[in-house]
Amino acid sequence: MASKIVSFISGIIFGVGLSVSNMINPEKVLGFLDLFGQWDPSLIFVMMGAIIISAPIFFLFRNKNKPLFADNFAMPTLKSVDKNLIIGSTTFGIGWGMVGFCPGPAISSLALLNTYSLFFVLSLLGGFLLTEFVNRIIIRR
Amino acid sequence: MNIVNFTPQSAFLGGIIIGLAVIIFFIGNGRLAGISGIVNDTLVSKQNRTDNFLFVVGLVLGPIFYTFLTKINIPFLITSSLPIIISAGFLVGIGTKIGRGCTSGHGICGISLLSVRSIIATIIFMITAIITVKLIG
Repeated sequence: MASKIVSFISGIIFGVGLSVSNMINPEKVLGFLDLFGQWDPSLIFVMMGAIIISAPIFFLFRNKNKPLFADNFAMPTLKSVDKNLIIGSTTFGIGWGMVGFCPGPAISSLALLNTYSLFFVLSLLGGFLLTEFVNRIIIRR
Repeated sequence: MNIVNFTPQSAFLGGIIIGLAVIIFFIGNGRLAGISGIVNDTLVSKQNRTDNFLFVVGLVLGPIFYTFLTKINIPFLITSSLPIIISAGFLVGIGTKIGRGCTSGHGICGISLLSVRSIIATIIFMITAIITVKLIG
């Protein structure tokens, strides 16, 4: 039960952060990505603000303590830079640059009841399911 | 390059709030707040499904709370056409799943952990997004 409350509250706070920074707004994000035109550096400050808070906490907690409401810290197991990382990040970057939406802001913006957000999120889920489907076929072979 | 619409204070404050969400999720549940992973797992994995779903619901409620508390209308504008939006959604879904992370998972959590994978991923998706904007913008 406690882990569910933590998840819910973390989601809300994350959504508030995206609203305060206006990263929920694709126009704002495209301003950052328009490096060679009319550039808005704000996104860098969002990342710095988040990293300044999370980096020391990760450093302090990751090896010695147990999380409050789980048995262990679930850290990524992959360490090497592989083909999937490069292909996936390139594909993601193209999609991100086309509209200015990455997954967090797109989901959060459903709150604003914009039809385009809904279409983006449904396509995002479609992309996840399509990749899952292809992965399962590859594994079965 | 001209610098326009730069809002360093609200960006930094919003970033700190996002950082708080990340550490609460980490200290409480021992997990990294990578949104693409959480959303994907809600769809395809039975493990922690309720936790993941509640995180996503919270993510949608965040802007509603913010507007309710501050009475500020959140600036929001999409100018892309529907075919572009649908194609972009699919590319973001496929790409973040193959690359195992997005702006939050690689860009915030991974960089905070000094993960080489995440630093490389963030550089790649930022460069390709900037090139995309340059080409279609």
